[in-house]
Amino acid sequence: METLNEKAARQAKIIGVLKIILLLVLFVCFIFPFVLVIINVFKVKADITSDPLALVGAHGFTMQNFPNAMNKMSFWRSFANSACITILSTAFTLLLSAMTAYVIVRNKWKACGALFGLMIASMVIPFQVLMIPLVSLYGGLLGVLNHRATLIFMHVGFSLSMATFMFHGAINTNVPIALEEAAKIDGCNRWQTFWKIVFPLLKPTIATVAIIDAMAFWNDYLLPSLVLAKKELYTIPIATQIFYGTYSTDIGLVMAALLLAMLPILILYIFLQRYIVEGVTSGAVK
Amino acid sequence: MNTNTMSYKTKQFLMFAGVTTFIFCAVVIVPFIYGLYLTFTSWDGVSVSKPFVGLANYAATFKDGAFWQALLRTAIYSVISVILVNVVAFILAFLVTSGVKGQNFFRAGFFVPNLIGGIVLGYIWKFVFNRAFVSLGNALSIGFLSTSWLATTNGAMLCLIIVSVWQYAGYMMLIYVAGFMSVSNDVIEAAKIDGCTNMQTIVHISVPLMVSSFVQCLFLTITRCFMVYDVNLSLTNGEPFNSSVMAAMHVYNTAFTYKDYGTGQAEALVLFIVCAIVGVLQVYIGKKAEVSA
Repeated sequence: METLNEKAARQAKIIGVLKIILLLVLFVCFIFPFVLVIINVFKVKADITSDPLALVGAHGFTMQNFPNAMNKMSFWRSFANSACITILSTAFTLLLSAMTAYVIVRNKWKACGALFGLMIASMVIPFQVLMIPLVSLYGGLLGVLNHRATLIFMHVGFSLSMATFMFHGAINTNVPIALEEAAKIDGCNRWQTFWKIVFPLLKPTIATVAIIDAMAFWNDYLLPSLVLAKKELYTIPIATQIFYGTYSTDIGLVMAALLLAMLPILILYIFLQRYIVEGVTSGAVK
Repeated sequence: MNTNTMSYKTKQFLMFAGVTTFIFCAVVIVPFIYGLYLTFTSWDGVSVSKPFVGLANYAATFKDGAFWQALLRTAIYSVISVILVNVVAFILAFLVTSGVKGQNFFRAGFFVPNLIGGIVLGYIWKFVFNRAFVSLGNALSIGFLSTSWLATTNGAMLCLIIVSVWQYAGYMMLIYVAGFMSVSNDVIEAAKIDGCTNMQTIVHISVPLMVSSFVQCLFLTITRCFMVYDVNLSLTNGEPFNSSVMAAMHVYNTAFTYKDYGTGQAEALVLFIVCAIVGVLQVYIGKKAEVSA
């Protein structure tokens, strides 16, 4: 007869195995759509239509979908547009919001309170409320749509509130005021103090904000689609849409385009996985 | 140097926050106010003049049956998705914190859908529903799989819900994981010594201590589901017969497809009011529900 302890140990073992099985099943469900894209990207159109689940098509293995899709969506141009817009928008957001948060935290002026209050309040405004006036103002009145710079300007404007809020918290808790006073005694003015002492101390928050915003900018569709109507300005999410606009969809090209759209961020994820997961969590928890 | 003069303060403020204030006002504040003005005008997006029409756009909004239908549809979709996302996310979080092998790998894997934009995700699932499921249904002669779910009214809604659950569960899982980690081991051990089973420990100890994670996840999913657009566009595009047009897509269509900017903006304001109520509720409930160990 087994003792109570042995019974409990056996039960724990069974539960452990069940947990792993459940996890694996869920995991397969989660990556199933990606696997489908990967196996179909190497088939010709007819094979995808006749049997999308087969590992290898009847006509064999083909790489032809990639060059054709890259050609049609002007992959490198779209990639360059997306990269340029994402990098510049993220950089401006980081610099401007860190500076703003600093002046707000360290001074009890009315202008600071008003700006911060407005920023917090503005975070509940959904994008749909602003898109029509934005198009009307920047397209109708100013006529500056169809410029990458306009999109960067808008990206920065939308992300400043959240970023300032996060830097505000970080400066409050992580930057000791004694350090700044020491810098002041050593002859730094506020501007120097900020760049030499405060900004370097904000590194973890800079990483978090950079990851959250860069991912949002890279994947954004609605705002770029409203601002950039010219083909040569398309970003990757807009370019993937080209394949569905025409009369017949070449599904092989679509598969290649979808995979190409995912690849850059997935490759980054392999290397920066820990930082991305941590960044997103700490960004959400704040 | 005197640091208490108006000119010093103004200079400092402009030096650090001047550009921010300008961009923030130009992109958020001015368009918001201008949007309020737009609701009282009639504009087709092309003409130079914007004739003043009083409250006609609000009247049109109230009479726009399709808008209220879209709003109701969005509410139903949001309620179902929010519940499912959080249930799945909580189960995932429990599984990946229970000490199984390779839990970091699983965490990273479940998060992958969040890395990719809604447009691409929608197109991937469109392929899955239209081709892969149908092919599977035909091969194994499973009746309910052999026609595309996206072709039927309820099916399209179901597809949207499935994709949303798949898309957001991994993200919410990370927040619940942080919640599980924040419950200190001392409390758990104390409960175990007092004779709690694993299940009882979770229900009576972990969950009450994780209330802030729940509040956070619930509101994040509510706002995201309520404003769904990208996946809606690429997965169903409102089809079949406009039966899956969500509120955000309806606003877009009113303004940019039917060129009725005034009414579109009035409808967008209704969405804003819903979001504002949700935002206020979040702060209120979040403050009330906190429990300390």
